[in-house]
Amino acid sequence: MYIVMVGGGKVGYYLTRSLIEEGHEVLVIERDARKCAALRNELGAGALEGDGCEAATLEEAGVCRADVVIAVTGDDEDNLVVCQVAKHKFNAPRTIARINNPKNQRIFRKLGIDVTISSTELILSQIKQVIPAQSLLHLLTLRNVGVSFVELEVPAGSPAVGHPLRELGIPDDCVLPLVVRGGQQAIIPFGSTVLEPGDEVIAVSSEASEETLRRIICG
Amino acid sequence: MRVVIMGCGRSGAYLARKLVAEGHHVTVIDRTSASFKRLGPDFAGDLVVGTGIDEDVLRQAGIEQADAFVAVTNGDNTNVMAAQVAKEVFGVPRVVCRIYDPLREEIYRTLGLETICPTLWGVNRIREILGD
Repeated sequence: MYIVMVGGGKVGYYLTRSLIEEGHEVLVIERDARKCAALRNELGAGALEGDGCEAATLEEAGVCRADVVIAVTGDDEDNLVVCQVAKHKFNAPRTIARINNPKNQRIFRKLGIDVTISSTELILSQIKQVIPAQSLLHLLTLRNVGVSFVELEVPAGSPAVGHPLRELGIPDDCVLPLVVRGGQQAIIPFGSTVLEPGDEVIAVSSEASEETLRRIICG
Repeated sequence: MRVVIMGCGRSGAYLARKLVAEGHHVTVIDRTSASFKRLGPDFAGDLVVGTGIDEDVLRQAGIEQADAFVAVTNGDNTNVMAAQVAKEVFGVPRVVCRIYDPLREEIYRTLGLETICPTLWGVNRIREILGD
């Protein structure tokens, strides 16, 4: 694949290195001359000095024949413009933008960027997997239909403990397909199932009911 | 009319004072509070410190009730992003976006943003003055 990467900072550098190792052809666009030289010398990557937000630079980089354009600068607004210019001026088939402020993810999607990656959110979800928190963890979100697969850990003082599931008032648009007990026993729950502290509950929930579900299970 | 102006440089400040003098309700957003000095001590509009590409900052500036949004920071991309957020996310009826780079301006005009390019205006006017 031919990949045009805009931004040769730390993210751009390591990403380029990995993609070259996988056999892809990568050209990096970077404003800073020194970083450009380093990319050329150390990685053997093509590096173009210039502003990737400018149509002329993107043209010089051969965006017309690129399979993917990836924008990974430290500024969300720059990444947005790179992707929009690549898409609308050069018909780039696929654009990927890095997002620094997680709140911008929704906005980028609304503005037509194919794929967004929020490093902040990724780090946050990794941290949540390592540090057991008494809250809700998103496993998978199906944005188009507004439904998420979530995981909740039942805390010691949970109001849900000791009552059958059917009595908890779980909203109609939440389904609990699986409970993992003691980290190894898988239970397919019924209305009569009673949760215990430490249970991991996997749920499928509409975005609207997530908070209600969290309150019922976690207190 | 209620107008939110992002960027309190020369253009933003001058426009804000003009609109207030005409009796409009104006809120000015800028990243640094020192920029508000340009508005003068008697400015009757509202001020918000923050970046206009942040939804929460825009909300704080009353974007949800605004009739118009003007993006005039010195960063083309910041203006482009904020203008699109105002238009597509908040549905502001009138959105004006300043873009210095003529090529980028052309692209976003084609995409349906109301854009102005002072570079192009200046160049064309200078060419006119130079005559044959």
